[in-house]
Amino acid sequence: MLCMLCKQNEAKVHLTQIVQDKVQKVDLCEDCAKTKGVNDPAGFSLADLLLGLGAAKEIEETNAGEELKCPNCGFTQADFKKAGRLGCSECYETFAEPLDSLLKSMHKGPRHVGKAPQALAQSRDLTERLRILQKKLEKSITQEDFEMAAHLRDEIKATKDRLNQVTTTP
Amino acid sequence: MDVTQYLISPAEATRRSGPHDKIVMSSRVRLARNIKGLSFPGWAKKAERVRALETVRPAVETLPQMGGTPFSDSMDNLTAIDKQILVERHLISREHAAKTAGSGLVISKDESLCVMINEEDHLRMQALRPGLQMKQAWLAIDQVDSELERRLEYAFNSELGYLTACPTNLGTGIRVSAMLHLPGLVLSEHINQIIQSVNKLGLAVRGLYGEGTEALGNVFQVSNQMTLGESETDIVERLNKVLLQIIEHEENARVMLLEKKPKMVFNHIGRAYGILANAHSISSKETMNLLSLMRLGVDLELFPGVERSLVDELFIITQPAHLQKTFSEKLAAEERDVLRADMLRERLRTVHRPNPKLPPSLDKNSSQ
Ligand SMILES: [Zn+2]
Ligand SMILES: [Zn+2]
Repeated sequence: MLCMLCKQNEAKVHLTQIVQDKVQKVDLCEDCAKTKGVNDPAGFSLADLLLGLGAAKEIEETNAGEELKCPNCGFTQADFKKAGRLGCSECYETFAEPLDSLLKSMHKGPRHVGKAPQALAQSRDLTERLRILQKKLEKSITQEDFEMAAHLRDEIKATKDRLNQVTTTP
Repeated sequence: MDVTQYLISPAEATRRSGPHDKIVMSSRVRLARNIKGLSFPGWAKKAERVRALETVRPAVETLPQMGGTPFSDSMDNLTAIDKQILVERHLISREHAAKTAGSGLVISKDESLCVMINEEDHLRMQALRPGLQMKQAWLAIDQVDSELERRLEYAFNSELGYLTACPTNLGTGIRVSAMLHLPGLVLSEHINQIIQSVNKLGLAVRGLYGEGTEALGNVFQVSNQMTLGESETDIVERLNKVLLQIIEHEENARVMLLEKKPKMVFNHIGRAYGILANAHSISSKETMNLLSLMRLGVDLELFPGVERSLVDELFIITQPAHLQKTFSEKLAAEERDVLRADMLRERLRTVHRPNPKLPPSLDKNSSQ
């Protein structure tokens, strides 16, 4: 059996792991096992390796034919197949479609939950607030509650100003 | 630069204590972050990596959390032995140890924070704590991250979270892990059951040393795998709960073993002591496995007056790079085995052989 990574040496290290009820196997040669730090607490995760390889395959399958290439860093799907890693943060735009189903299968959910850089977190909250205010405004207009509508318009303007502030300061 | 001049001595480092440190050797929370627009380190050309390092390193060095005078250097200034020492101390990954120019390392004075620059991601920052202190480790690294986000422009997208080189780290970029010493579960042969049930919860378990499923020294690492779709605090709490359960299982396994198979346990520990204290040549693999049994012996109070920190220190200083560093000339593996045995005999000279006290109910059946 050949090593899954270098596809040159004989695989001597065989790893198995259950990821979300699926048994996955990796077969590596001793060199690749070492350079990938298979026994290493700080870096390697078997899942990273497995899913990285899986990801490459997935992208290959969903995009037979046209070759995707990141306009920012020049990374192609062939590169992804080799490395199991992406080229830059913009690659996530380029490869968004093929990555989509893959991310769903490897993670708990398809959308980020948790920490965000503060400016972004604030703008996220303000954008959400803006959306709610707009809805209320529409409703008050259809109900011909013009006093309320005037009040909401003021609030929308204030929220927009704050949103501008948040997003223009670094 | 000689990194060992900066590092806390293994003797001192292993005396640090934390909750449940009999079983949980350390807690670690790592965050992966990248700089917007720049190629990830694995894809960037060398010049681009150097530029990223020059942007990131000053921002990290001057963090108030680094305590003023951190160790900070470019990886090409470290010798191969020093890099290996950092791996043996669990401060950097093997992948990072292989890096040269364009990658860097910053370690806080107390070694509770360690930031790898241009490993797989531009930033791999980790907080370390002795014993079970997941929440504390998370809070510490969260603070560092919040300070850094004001100094650097992170690659972040509200849909996918923090963008990482490997899609498996996407979202929170968090890896929460604990290093566990589980000789009771191994001796009672319950370890595979535990590993399987922990795996089913979407958490990874692996032997810390040794290849594949083999766990040298009965040391295992448990960590989360999924990073997208679950918040940091949820991940930390979930792992913490599982760890508390593993601790309970390990404690129960030890009690059961002493009750049902005391002779088997004492036999293992007595033989381990016998070899460690008397060998004239010993491999690092055998050393780790035997030290694990001796550590269990200390926990079971078979070595009165011996601190667990002695065993933990030996765990570190008998590893190849540490041993090599102690002796200036280049050593072959066989020479290391002899020197390792010399070191162990010397350090265990004043340690008396284990003296098991059987529970009264079993005492009459034995020749003790
Ligand atoms: Zn290989
Ligand atoms: Zn790209």
